[in-house]
Amino acid sequence: MITILDLILRLAVWLLLAPLLPGIINKVKAWVAGRRGPPALQLYYDLAKLWRKGVVMSTLASPGFIAGPAVAWVALTTASMLMPLGPTGSALSFPGDVLLLIYLLALARFCTAWAAMETGSAFEGMGAAREVSYAVLAEAAIVAAVLSLSVQTGSVSLVTMLLPSAGAGAVLLAAGLFTVLLAENCRVPFDDPNTDLELTMIHEVMVLDHSGPPLAAILHGSSVKLLLFAVLLVQAVLPMRELPPLAAAGALLAGVLAVTVGVGLVESLLARLAFRRVPLLLTTAFLLCLFALLVAWKGGAK
Amino acid sequence: MSAGTLNLLIGLAMGLNLLALASSRLPSLIRAMSLQGGVLGLMPLIMEHEALDWRVVTVALATMIGKGLIIPWLLRRAMRAANIEREIQPFLGHVPSLLLGAGGTIAAVALARALPLLPEHAGTLLVPGAIASMLTGFILLIGRVKAISQVCGYLILENGIYLFGLLLIHSTPLLVESGILLDVTVGVFVIGIIVDRIQRAFDSLDTRKLTTLRE
Repeated sequence: MITILDLILRLAVWLLLAPLLPGIINKVKAWVAGRRGPPALQLYYDLAKLWRKGVVMSTLASPGFIAGPAVAWVALTTASMLMPLGPTGSALSFPGDVLLLIYLLALARFCTAWAAMETGSAFEGMGAAREVSYAVLAEAAIVAAVLSLSVQTGSVSLVTMLLPSAGAGAVLLAAGLFTVLLAENCRVPFDDPNTDLELTMIHEVMVLDHSGPPLAAILHGSSVKLLLFAVLLVQAVLPMRELPPLAAAGALLAGVLAVTVGVGLVESLLARLAFRRVPLLLTTAFLLCLFALLVAWKGGAK
Repeated sequence: MSAGTLNLLIGLAMGLNLLALASSRLPSLIRAMSLQGGVLGLMPLIMEHEALDWRVVTVALATMIGKGLIIPWLLRRAMRAANIEREIQPFLGHVPSLLLGAGGTIAAVALARALPLLPEHAGTLLVPGAIASMLTGFILLIGRVKAISQVCGYLILENGIYLFGLLLIHSTPLLVESGILLDVTVGVFVIGIIVDRIQRAFDSLDTRKLTTLRE
């Protein structure tokens, strides 16, 4: 009974809090630009509106067009259940769950790309190709980051990996993971979420032909993914175990808020990179995580 | 305490190596190089902070001023005088050279563990930092087209040699240190003039054009 209640509570926290993050990012951007900006709850209104609308389907598309976003949303939600939340641990925890987390993220990406290809539109195929080719480099970085955490703590379970601090390589790891967060969630130096031009879009162009509830699932799923990466980044860097439970929860909240504001600031102060410069930045993120791995390995060997 | 700070500084210098490999514009390459020179200048002060004598202080000050201020200034002047566009065109792309540099850095750390070092040097990153900087210098020398970026490669190579020299800071006479620094400064000075000449004679600083014979 307790476990079911715990699971429901966690689901509620993840699913209800996640759409707040893009709202905060937009508020920060508006504040830097001196505008009032949309309300912080805008994504909730959008999701409610989309949920009531009907679905327009291309005659070319197979049921995969609907199934793709649904599977992606379920995969991201399951991934969020694996992620520990500060002092409360995680709902599902077993040795090796970190691998499942990485594969669930990959499954979500595959399904979004698949649904994008279903429409038979050239733009969507282009967006899917870009998304997947960036993901190759971003995944290398996140695997290096996970390896460094795993070497640091000598375990492959997220709960024991994330709770101690990342040690001497924490700064490197934080920088690398933040870059990966920006790339994975299609934020500014890699992709512009507000762009209107199909030729320069990546994530936006993949969801161009979706409408109604599937689009709501995609938008909500991407906000869950943003929250997931923010929580991962904060817990990888902060020493959660040394803090008392309340302070740890507070630190987690403050950290996620700081990461979100940081994303907003990066988005207001940087322009997006030219496409040919993106692999260089992602390689840098990979190297940052790789050197964090080296520091963990050398520190552990002593 | 001092070993930790020293390792941090050498780590910073290694990071600057990679920054130099990744930078796509000449001013940022020069900035990375001059910052590295300044960081290297600080090191003798930290290594010898108990027995600070005037020789060590002179070496440190001369390095910081020479590598951190005078040489970058000369390079920037040459760049302005020769009117070079600031984009760097590499033979070797930025991503491959960055990966090569990172691989070299890791290999240097691994190699230094296998070397028979004195016990007081075994804990520091001095030797890996030196090898990594020299490798970075070589990659820049081989992989870049413009004469000025090759000069930066040469200077990073020299920074690596200077790191090696720090192992022997007590036994090297001041004359040798100052001689090396003077050589480097004069070398950059001469290269600044040559760059200007190349630019006038060939209308470009592309060193590939220097291999074709002309009447």
